[in-house]
Amino acid sequence: MNESVILIILGMAVVTYIPRMVPLVFFNSEHIHPKVQNILKNVPFAILGALIFPGILTINEDIWFGIVGAAAAFIAAYFGANLIFVVLSSIAVLSVYAYFI
Amino acid sequence: MQASTAYQQRSSDFIRGIQAGLSIAIGYMPVALTYGLLAKTTGLSLFETIAMSMFVYAGAAQYITLSLLAIGTGALEIVFTIFIVNIRHLLMSASVNEKVEEDSIWKKALYAFGITDETFTVAATREGTVTTGFMFGLCLVAYSSWVIFSGAGHLIGSALPQTLQEAMGVALYAMFIGLLVPSVKKQRKVLYLAVVAAVLNSLFTVMNFSAGWSIVMATLISAVSIEILTGKGEKPVE
Repeated sequence: MNESVILIILGMAVVTYIPRMVPLVFFNSEHIHPKVQNILKNVPFAILGALIFPGILTINEDIWFGIVGAAAAFIAAYFGANLIFVVLSSIAVLSVYAYFI
Repeated sequence: MQASTAYQQRSSDFIRGIQAGLSIAIGYMPVALTYGLLAKTTGLSLFETIAMSMFVYAGAAQYITLSLLAIGTGALEIVFTIFIVNIRHLLMSASVNEKVEEDSIWKKALYAFGITDETFTVAATREGTVTTGFMFGLCLVAYSSWVIFSGAGHLIGSALPQTLQEAMGVALYAMFIGLLVPSVKKQRKVLYLAVVAAVLNSLFTVMNFSAGWSIVMATLISAVSIEILTGKGEKPVE
């Protein structure tokens, strides 16, 4: 076992846990200005946009791979499919796409 | 009688959390398998590979660490880089804190460990208040998938057929789309928030900003500017 790797893992664990924990444990909603609360409520939807783009265009050397997968997910979600069905249909469509390309 | 109803409520919230986490578990599978395989080629033992997934539990951070270890980066530099990459969790934790039920700080401190891009977006886009039981179910199923498939990746490599492994790489993105679309249909503001952040993040990425800062800045600028532009006319997003 490599000691320095274990030390690095412990250091990473600390600096990863602190930002996750501090706001949940120490922030009190009632003391946060309503405007800031509204901005925090905006965060999930903004972050979803940032998590999807540009990442989805780079999952494969073939840029169409991500676009086809995104289109499949979008169509399934638009027609109200359950989340897991959205995920599975995107995987299924891309499996077919990868098989034929 | 009352106690048993409360108990049933808690356990059904926990089950609902597990169900909501299944998409994440599927999405983590190819990512964790690849991490395990890369960890092995980087020279990490099975124990170290699993320990990193168990104690750090952050996909992007773990991938970056492997590439830094491979080029012989020092411990302090790695830990500092990981801190920067994970700054965005600060934003997520503060945002999810507006969404969850009040509970003892010990329980919140425990499930805080399970906050990732994926568990956060699933929890934060649910309707109404999110219970502690739901958070535990959600985080447990995602965490188990990440740890188990990290170890499996080190042991057996990517056991999936190549085409399926490639196709499964889309899973987490498909999930993000699946979370976004229903909210976009309900409120135009959600579309603005997502599009502005997506454009900014693409711009910052092209400009070679580090992944951690790029997402944080794109998200903050979008969340603040859309609030200023639409805050008066539109009600807060739900």
